[in-house]
Amino acid sequence: MTATQTPKGTRPPFWRNVHFIRGVLQILAVAIVVGGILFLGNNLRSELIAKNLPTGFDFLNQPTGVTIADSGFSPASPVWKALLAGIKNTFLLVIVGIPLLTVLGTLIGVARLSTNWLVVKIATVYVETIRNIPPLLIILFVFNAVILQLPPPRDPATPLDWFVISNLKIIGPGFTALSGAGIFAGVFVFAMVAAVIAGIWRTRYSERTGHPDHRALWGLGVFTGIMVLGYFILGRPIRMSLPVLDGRIITGGYGGLGAYFAMLLALVIYTASHVAEIVRGSILAVPKGQTEAANAIALSGFQRLRYVTLPQAFRIALPPIINQFLNFAKNTSLAIAIGYAEVTLITFQLIGNGYPAPQLILLLMLAYLLFSLTISILVNILNRRLQLVGN
Amino acid sequence: MSTVTSPGAPAPTAAHHRRMTPAKWLKQNLFSNWYNSLLTIVFGAFILWVGVSLVRYLLHIDTEIIRVNLKLYMAGRFPNEQLGRLWLAIYIAVAGAALLARATALNAQRKATEAGIGFSSRSNWVDVMRRFWPIGALVVFTLSFTETITPTVLTLGAAAIGLGAYRIGAALPTSIVRRSWLIPVVGAVAFYLALAGFGGVGWDLWQGFFLNIVLTVAGISLAFPLGLMLALGRRSSLPAVRLLSVTYIEFLRGVPMITLLLMGAFALGFLIPGDVQFSLFLRILIAITLFQSAYIAEVVRGGLQSVPKGQIEAGQSIGLSPWKTMRLIVLPQALRNVIPAMVGQFISLFKDTTLVYIVLLLDLLRAAFVSTYQPEFLAQGLDAVVLPFAALYFWVGSYVMSRESRRLEKKLGVGVR
Repeated sequence: MTATQTPKGTRPPFWRNVHFIRGVLQILAVAIVVGGILFLGNNLRSELIAKNLPTGFDFLNQPTGVTIADSGFSPASPVWKALLAGIKNTFLLVIVGIPLLTVLGTLIGVARLSTNWLVVKIATVYVETIRNIPPLLIILFVFNAVILQLPPPRDPATPLDWFVISNLKIIGPGFTALSGAGIFAGVFVFAMVAAVIAGIWRTRYSERTGHPDHRALWGLGVFTGIMVLGYFILGRPIRMSLPVLDGRIITGGYGGLGAYFAMLLALVIYTASHVAEIVRGSILAVPKGQTEAANAIALSGFQRLRYVTLPQAFRIALPPIINQFLNFAKNTSLAIAIGYAEVTLITFQLIGNGYPAPQLILLLMLAYLLFSLTISILVNILNRRLQLVGN
Repeated sequence: MSTVTSPGAPAPTAAHHRRMTPAKWLKQNLFSNWYNSLLTIVFGAFILWVGVSLVRYLLHIDTEIIRVNLKLYMAGRFPNEQLGRLWLAIYIAVAGAALLARATALNAQRKATEAGIGFSSRSNWVDVMRRFWPIGALVVFTLSFTETITPTVLTLGAAAIGLGAYRIGAALPTSIVRRSWLIPVVGAVAFYLALAGFGGVGWDLWQGFFLNIVLTVAGISLAFPLGLMLALGRRSSLPAVRLLSVTYIEFLRGVPMITLLLMGAFALGFLIPGDVQFSLFLRILIAITLFQSAYIAEVVRGGLQSVPKGQIEAGQSIGLSPWKTMRLIVLPQALRNVIPAMVGQFISLFKDTTLVYIVLLLDLLRAAFVSTYQPEFLAQGLDAVVLPFAALYFWVGSYVMSRESRRLEKKLGVGVR
């Protein structure tokens, strides 16, 4: 960016200097944004004071006055504890939902490429129907037209005596920990490590001798062996517990609120339709030459999928599928419509109890943002490792 | 897993299909081997079960609630004596859309003639019917619940006005065809005046399915300029501008839309000086616009990236300024390429407008839901009737638009070159 020479050898005026123009433009942009934020912040402050609301975040230590269904949460606990309880409930949805929707979405995506005409049609109708309906509508439908139509809590259904199902709660078999469960958790970690070591050993062995490695089989065998041995040596520290109905009180078992299952079911159904499209598109996006090459070296149909098509499809599918996981996590906020106490609903209730909305909503946004950004960064790292070198 | 068709497997050709007997077809597509036969039997039984339940459900359905509440679903609590204004607004929207479609076609024709390329302008009505019949079917379905003949007559009037405007559009002067953006701008002003002007109905009473449509169209239209600026900012060579744009975009893309709606409903009032009061509709529209602009910015950025670098260099080499290179060379190509993705964004907002349910605006979903709490319909399990009814409107809209988006994608050849 050297200044051009004018006929008399003088430099052009400084305001035509590119560096100057760039500097001024940037200072202007920052000034406008900072000015806007200061203006809004000032308004916020005076409005909060005018409405007699706190301007800081000290209210986080005051009692909530919020009750959370199906938990021992006391309304006298501070606000920040209520928010944490909400975040925990959000995670309960995300952690259970993501594996379920991945499995369902993959199955349906693969079904759309089946050789069976009927299977293709069913999968297509599923995807084209569900994808085009608002998720909130699906949630309301599942909650009001399915879950709430279950028997009332005073007379629940008990299929097989394994489940206790009412429109308030759904409880199934669970586990109870006896003494020694802590040691058993240690055994679990040890078994995992041993399985990984066995896998590494088999890989080395296979590379040295050329025999098939059977890594998965060996790993699973070692893990199961150690777990079974540990379980009986420690005197069966974890037992299965079935829900027992005594009048209206249910003891034992493991389950959750009807609203939780409605959220889970509706969102898994909705998000799986999007995942199915990604899976299908990714399998179709693997170049045809790859399949032909696999056929040329006489791989069987299964081997072709396992070693050629699916690994490449996975690389294409990963970024958009993670995006769907994030959408799922963000959509859990829709639980506010059916009263499942995740973090958005708790925030909503706190606002209703007179706590200042601007601060609470900012905290809520930051919580979601932190979660999204963490996942994004992890995916970017993973993606960089998965992409082809030189692409 | 092993039932997946490999892309390399020989596909049955069309000629093959024609010669096929039903028995052969069954054998090939349903019973080709033992696991396909098993799948066919299992899923056949499943389909049978679903079909029988569906028929039994449809036979026992009582559509009284829909007939009574149809106006609530479509227009909410819009005053009955002012409904004429709503129809006038619909007529203006239909006429505007028809004129815009004709002007766009004329514009393409003019440009093709100037460039010396052949252009066929014949409008293929069969094709239009094939693409948009679900919307027509939905309108007929809706009218089947009306109790008087008036809505049907008025709807026929809307269709006539649309066709008439399309015909008249052929006579549009070139000066307007060249500035076809004038049509939506003038149309929007006329639309607003028809509804709210001269002692009419303010936007706080724009409700029902009408609200969903208004929020979608207004949200995308208002968010587009903002999103375009953010996209350009994100690709700017000025680090401060880039940082501000990226922060805004990533912040909003990282949070759920509900948090924005909650902000609009409960916190936006704190940010504006005390004596100014925005209505709930306006605050929600602002929240939707802010939220959508971040997503549109990413869509537009994809379009900007799809323009080859050689185009920019060509612009520089003929001595265009950076601004003119952007406006005359990069943006026209980039924006053309993002049309399918913009339609996708439009669909996603259309579905997301149902979230205003949570901040108590009376959209179609909320109207459907509250109608089950009316005394005469209370606790009869009518959610199973009104929610699928509401879903139908969103399904038809999204389905037709997503088909259009795929068609445009093919037509524009995005990603092919």
